[in-house]
Amino acid sequence: MTAVGAVMRRELRSYFVTPVAYVFLVIFLVLAGILTFYAGDFYERGQADLQPFFEMHPWLYLILVPAITMRMWAEETKGGTLELLLTLPLTLWQAMLGKFLAAWLFIGLALVLTLPIWITVNYLGAPDNGVILAGYLGSWMMAGTFIAIGACLSALTRSQVVAFILTALVCVLLILAGQQQVLDFFQGTLPRKVINGVAHLSMLRHFEAIARGVLDLRDLLYFALSMIGWLIAGVLLLDLKRTR
Amino acid sequence: MIETERLTRCYGSLTAVDALSIRVEPGQVLGLLGPNGAGKSTAMRMVAGFLAPTSGTARVCGYDVIREPLKAKRALGYLPEGAPSYGELTVREFLLFIVRVRGLKSDVAFRRFDDVVQRLQLEEVLGLCIDTLSKGLRRRVGLAQAILHDPPVLMLDEPTDGLDPNQKHAVRQLIDMMARDRTILISTHLLEEVHALCNRVVIIARGKLQADATPAELEQRSRYHGAVSFSAPGSGMSQEMLGRLPQVAAIEVDPLDGRITVFPKAGERILDAVETLLREQGLEVSEIQLERGRLDEVFRQITTSDAITAATPQESRA
Repeated sequence: MTAVGAVMRRELRSYFVTPVAYVFLVIFLVLAGILTFYAGDFYERGQADLQPFFEMHPWLYLILVPAITMRMWAEETKGGTLELLLTLPLTLWQAMLGKFLAAWLFIGLALVLTLPIWITVNYLGAPDNGVILAGYLGSWMMAGTFIAIGACLSALTRSQVVAFILTALVCVLLILAGQQQVLDFFQGTLPRKVINGVAHLSMLRHFEAIARGVLDLRDLLYFALSMIGWLIAGVLLLDLKRTR
Repeated sequence: MIETERLTRCYGSLTAVDALSIRVEPGQVLGLLGPNGAGKSTAMRMVAGFLAPTSGTARVCGYDVIREPLKAKRALGYLPEGAPSYGELTVREFLLFIVRVRGLKSDVAFRRFDDVVQRLQLEEVLGLCIDTLSKGLRRRVGLAQAILHDPPVLMLDEPTDGLDPNQKHAVRQLIDMMARDRTILISTHLLEEVHALCNRVVIIARGKLQADATPAELEQRSRYHGAVSFSAPGSGMSQEMLGRLPQVAAIEVDPLDGRITVFPKAGERILDAVETLLREQGLEVSEIQLERGRLDEVFRQITTSDAITAATPQESRA
């Protein structure tokens, strides 16, 4: 575990000595604020909850998470530090986990920094804080899934741009999979079972369920398994690179 | 100890390392020599566990790099080619990262850290970003990283590449100092380095082992081994006389500076005979030298005769 911690610390350190962390945090907080208050009609709805705030998160993550994860392995491959890292006494799993946890904690920090909006809504009214907490949890789980996807796809290539685009593409597909318009499009061509399956893959559906305050084990499991699955795929990709 | 056992690595149809078997014992400093693209780095990467062998295996201190990679990596200090490091970190942060990943106990770690920093003269740059350092300093940081855990086996891929003569000297001193009870494998294409550092040389070309000897043995294979060379103005006469000496096989004159090289017949020593003759002739010799043999010539001979069999015209011409 010390190796995982060491990789995680190093990774976090790299976020904060380069502008990456600050640029991310500022853009995330500004966009979250603007989108919630203007696009989300925070005041006009007249309800004391953070529904409009959380509704924006998938779209924020879509742009910002790939920006964090694209460098994760691509940069190490290109800069030659991958050789250094993989000849240190740690397993691919430990390296992957350390990097993943660093990014996940970092998004967690970004979420913590949005607490003023929670204070605001508590000042203005009497929201159900349990639901809000669930919203934060759901958002963080969803971010974790985005990061795992990004971590895997970053291992695929030495180009950060390619890693960014692939990650954003996969994420947008997973967000859109459950949208009614998309499902309607396939209505005639695919059997009902397949369409239902696709709908269940949708990240949005599971996130919205959690953000409504319904903590269903299946929704949490969806995110947990997605993360594990993508991380396994990433480790396998890295291992494949050693043999090819 | 490092052992490779028919270590092989293919990239598609290209065989970069071809059934390489080497064994390096503690106390040995083995120089892995070869032209660019000979497979030196690929072989080292497999021993370090970065690349998986296509077939064959390697052991570090008896630990198989395929079956017990973590134990093998713990016993090994490795400087990858180009000494990569995390440029955005400071030297201190980077070395502490290595300490943590290697899980060194804190009391040992502090002692080692101070010792290594002092040995490589990194005290003044500890707080600086690695990206801002000169090439030589970055190489030293890479070396520090490799020896931080006091490994019994050290593998350095071109440790002095790109350093200035003073830095080269410092790095060689360091390696020399560490050499006593350790197993050290360095790759290089600098032949002077072999003289300065290694007590054993392995030459590979096209992934295959071509020679395994001490530097002195390799020099003996040179045409120049035991030859006597001197510069003397107006020595046209004496050339003929020298040619008549029974021990002399051939005489060559450098067309540029007129320096004369006298080659002995196999097993003969000619320095005394040549000197005597020159004195008898009353020739003013500005300087006379007994050649030990030329490693670069042997190197070329070994690595290009292979190239000839593999039919690459531009290399055999050179």
